[in-house]
Amino acid sequence: MSPAAALPQTGYNFAYLDEGTKRMIRRAILKAVAVPGYQVPFAAREMPMPYGWGTGGVQVTAAILGASDVLKVIDQGADDTTNAVSIRRFFGRTAGVATTTRTAEATVIQTRHRIPETPLTEGQILVYQVPIPEPLRFLEPRETETRQLHALAEYGLMHVKLYEDIARHGHIATTYAYPVEVAGRYVMDPSPTPKFDNPKMDDCPALQLFGAGREKRIYAVPPHTRVRSLDFEDHPFRVQRFERPCALCGAEDVYLDEVVLDDAGGRMFVCSDTDHCETRRDAIAHGESA
Amino acid sequence: MSQAPLLRAEGLTKRYGARLACDGVGFDLHPGEVLAVVGESGSGKSTLLGLIAGETAADGGSVSYRMRDGTVRDLAELGAAERRALMRTDWGFVRQDAAQGLRMSVSAGGNVGERLMGVGARHYAEIRAAALDWLARVEIAADRIDDPPTRFSGGMRQRLQIARNLVTAPRLVLMDEPTSGLDVSVQARLLDTIRGLVAELGLAVLIVTHDLAVARLLSHRILVMRGGRVIETGLTDQVLDDPQAAYTQLLVSSVLAA
Amino acid sequence: MYVAVKGGEAAIDNAHRLLAQARRGDPAVPELDVAQIREQMGLLVDRVMTEGSLYDPDLAALALKQARGDVVEAVFLVRAYRTTLPRFGAALPVETGAMAVARRISATFKDMPGGQVLGPTFDYTHRLIDFALAAGGDPEPAAEAEPDSDAGQCPRVTDILGAAGLLETSPPEDGAPVGDLTREPVDYPADRALRLQALARGDEGFVLALGYSTQRGYGRTHPFVGEIRFGKVGIEFVPEELGFPVPLGAAALTECQMVNQFHGSGAVPPQFTRGYGLVFGQSERKAMAMALVDRSLRAAELGEAIVSPAQDQEFVLAHCDSLQATGFVEHLKLPHYVDFQAELELVRRLRAEHAALHEKVETPIREAAE
Repeated sequence: MSPAAALPQTGYNFAYLDEGTKRMIRRAILKAVAVPGYQVPFAAREMPMPYGWGTGGVQVTAAILGASDVLKVIDQGADDTTNAVSIRRFFGRTAGVATTTRTAEATVIQTRHRIPETPLTEGQILVYQVPIPEPLRFLEPRETETRQLHALAEYGLMHVKLYEDIARHGHIATTYAYPVEVAGRYVMDPSPTPKFDNPKMDDCPALQLFGAGREKRIYAVPPHTRVRSLDFEDHPFRVQRFERPCALCGAEDVYLDEVVLDDAGGRMFVCSDTDHCETRRDAIAHGESA
Repeated sequence: MSQAPLLRAEGLTKRYGARLACDGVGFDLHPGEVLAVVGESGSGKSTLLGLIAGETAADGGSVSYRMRDGTVRDLAELGAAERRALMRTDWGFVRQDAAQGLRMSVSAGGNVGERLMGVGARHYAEIRAAALDWLARVEIAADRIDDPPTRFSGGMRQRLQIARNLVTAPRLVLMDEPTSGLDVSVQARLLDTIRGLVAELGLAVLIVTHDLAVARLLSHRILVMRGGRVIETGLTDQVLDDPQAAYTQLLVSSVLAA
Repeated sequence: MYVAVKGGEAAIDNAHRLLAQARRGDPAVPELDVAQIREQMGLLVDRVMTEGSLYDPDLAALALKQARGDVVEAVFLVRAYRTTLPRFGAALPVETGAMAVARRISATFKDMPGGQVLGPTFDYTHRLIDFALAAGGDPEPAAEAEPDSDAGQCPRVTDILGAAGLLETSPPEDGAPVGDLTREPVDYPADRALRLQALARGDEGFVLALGYSTQRGYGRTHPFVGEIRFGKVGIEFVPEELGFPVPLGAAALTECQMVNQFHGSGAVPPQFTRGYGLVFGQSERKAMAMALVDRSLRAAELGEAIVSPAQDQEFVLAHCDSLQATGFVEHLKLPHYVDFQAELELVRRLRAEHAALHEKVETPIREAAE
C-alpha cells in the first residue's frame, strides 16, 4: 500500500507531518539512540492536539510509522481512555495504519504513564509521551545549568533529593517519574510512569523512544540497555507491591487501579493494563470451557 | 614555609567600564597559611575573590594552583569538568550571604552530604554519619540535622556553610566576610571555631574582610587594598602594629578609635 | 459485577457534536460569516494572526469562528495549520521606514518630518458604552486630512536620533541566516532575533504584564516611546531563479520603537538604547509591551544586573507562549490514575507509619491522663 493510498482524509501527508519534518525527527531519534539517555533537542512542531497531551509522542510516532505498522495507543495502561482513543484515531485518519489493543500484535506502542505488563519483544518500539524530560528540573530550574550538570555527569543533586526523602520519611518517597541512570552515564526521567514499571526498562528487547513536544526533546533507550533506578546501597530501589491480586483476572505482580464502587468506602483493585487483563480473562474462560 | 606556594595570583586585573576594580594584584598563598584581604567597600577585595574563584572573568593576569598530584596548573586552562571537580573537592567557598552558599530548602544533613554524594558516596548511613560528625565539629546539635537552614540563626548558617565545605577535606577555603552582620558574641564564637578548624586541618585560607579585628585574629599575613590596588602587605601583626602606608595608618587608627 | 469503563470513542463523537451546536448558538439568530468577523472584529483577527505567526486575515477569522471566539484556541488552530504549510523561502526584511502610515505618533518629539498622525485609535475616546451602536447604522465619514508637504516621507524617529549618534546603531548585517523559533529548538542563551520572535508570538496578556512589571521597578529601563507607527508595508521576495525582488503583497503592521536611557560602559559612551516591538495588524498594546520586554531582556548584553523576571530570558521565553501554557495547564484534565494510585499508596503507608509512631509516644501520656 502506498502512503498516498492510506489517506482517507484530505490534504495532509501520511501521518500528518511532511517528510522533511519526519526526517528531522528521525535524525534526532538516531542521535538519541546513539547516546542513550541524552536529551536531544529537536524542532517540535505545533500539532493539532495541545501541548502536554502527547505532542512529543505523536511526533515520534509519526516520524517512525510505516504503512505496514500496527499501532497500539494506551493512556494509564488502558486502550479505551479518551486521550488514547483520540491519538489512535488521529493516526487511523492521517496514516490509515492498522491499530490494535493487543500488546503482542503491535509494532509501535505509544504510551502515557505505563509500560505494558506483557513483556515487549525484539522489533517492537515503545513511544513514551513525556511532559518534563529533565530529571533535574525541580532541583535546578535553569536549562543552561542542567545542561552543564549532564555534560559533566554531576548528579550529586539527584541523590540529595533521595537523601532528603529518607531523612524525612525513612524511605525514598518518589513513587513515579523515578530517575534512572542509562547505560552507566546519563540520568534520565522515565516519564511519569509509576516506579513499578522501572524494572521493565532494564535490558528491554524493544526500542524505547521518549518524545517531549512542549520541551522539544527526544531521548531513547536502545534495546538491551542497562537502566538502573537511582538508590543508596543501604536503601535499595524497591517497587510498589499490591496486597491483593486483580479482582477481575486474578493477576499478581501487576499494577492495579483502585476503583471506587460506592460512597461507603467500597473499593476494588483491577489491572491498570486493560489488554493484559482481558487476555488473561479470555484464557481463563477458554480454559474453563475447554 | 619554604615549599612552593599552593596558590599564586599574578597581575590580576578587572575593569568595570572605565573603573579598574582590580589593578595588577598578585600574591602567593602557602599551604596552611591564612591570608586576609582588607579594605573598605569598593576597594576591590571582593572582586579579587571572584577572580580567584573563577566566578568573574579576569581582563588580565593569572591564577595558578598546585593540584593534589603536585602539578601546578593555570586555572584558566582547566576544562569545565576539572574546574568544577576542583571547586567541590579541594576548594571551599564560605559566602557572606549564607543563602548563596547553602541550599536553603534542603536539610542540614543534605547540605553537608551533597559534596560527598557529588563525588560518588552512595551509602545513606555513612553519609549521615559524616554529616553528624561535621555538624558536631561546627557545634550544631545533632537533633538539628533534619532541619533546613531557613530555621537556623545567622551564626548557625555560617557554621553549616563551613561544615558543608570542609566535608571533602579541601586544602583551600575562600571566605567572603564570613562574620559580618552577626552579633559580636556570635561573631567571636564563630571566629573561634574557624580558628580551631583551620589550625587542626592545616587549611590555607583566603579571607576577605573589612574588619581588621577579624584579620588580626585569624590571619598570618595581610594584604591591604584600596582602589583596586594592593597598597601594603606583610605579616599581620607587623602591618597592624606598624603600618607603613598612610592609608593603612588611617584604617588602623579608625579601628582603634572605634 | 464491576465492568471497566468503555466507549471513549462514542463519547468523544457526541461531545464534538454538542460542541458544534454550542458554537452555532440559537439557530434563530443569523450565523456570522467569516467576512463579518474579518471586517468587524479586526483587532481580534490581528491578535490571532500575531500570536499564530501567520498573516492571513480570512484564516484567522475562520479560526475565531470555529473557536467560538476563544483567542488561544483560534491561535492553536492557526498554528497547527501553519505546521503543514510548505516553506519556499524567506521574504526580504520589511522596510517599515517606507510604511504607508495610517497612524504614527512619537512621545519624544513634538514634531518631526512626516508629522504626527493620530489615525484610527481608541486613545482620547471616552469609554462610554454607545447604546446607539446596538441598533447598527453606518458611522459618519472622517474628514480627509490636508496632506502635509512632507507627507509620504516618514523617516523613523530612531533613524533621526541615530543620525546624531545619540542612539545605539544596529549591529551591521552579518549575512548569517536568522534563526526560526518554529523550525529549531531554542538553545539558551537565545539571540535577540529569536527572543523577538518569541515575544511577537507570546501571549498578549503575559507580555503586557511583564512589560508593566518593568515600569513598576522589576527591571526598570526608563523607556520613552520614540515612535509607534501602524500601516501597510510591501512584502518582497527574491526567487532564486530570478535573482531580484518581486512584490508578494502588503501586510498591515504595528511597529514600536522604545528609546531607553543608558549610561554607557567603559567601551561605549552614554547613549540611548532601543527596545523593539513589531506585530501583525494594529496592536499598540502588544507592540509596546514587547518593546519594553525586549529592552529588559538585553540586560546581560548591556551589563545590567539580572534581578527581575522580565530580564530573565529563560523565564520569559519558556513561559510566554499561550499554547504551551494552556496545553500544559489543561493537561491536568487528562487521567492521572496511575500516578495518583502510586501517591495514594505512599500517603497511606506514611500515615500508617505516622500513626504507629504516635501510638508509641502518646500511649503513656494517655495512660497518665486517665
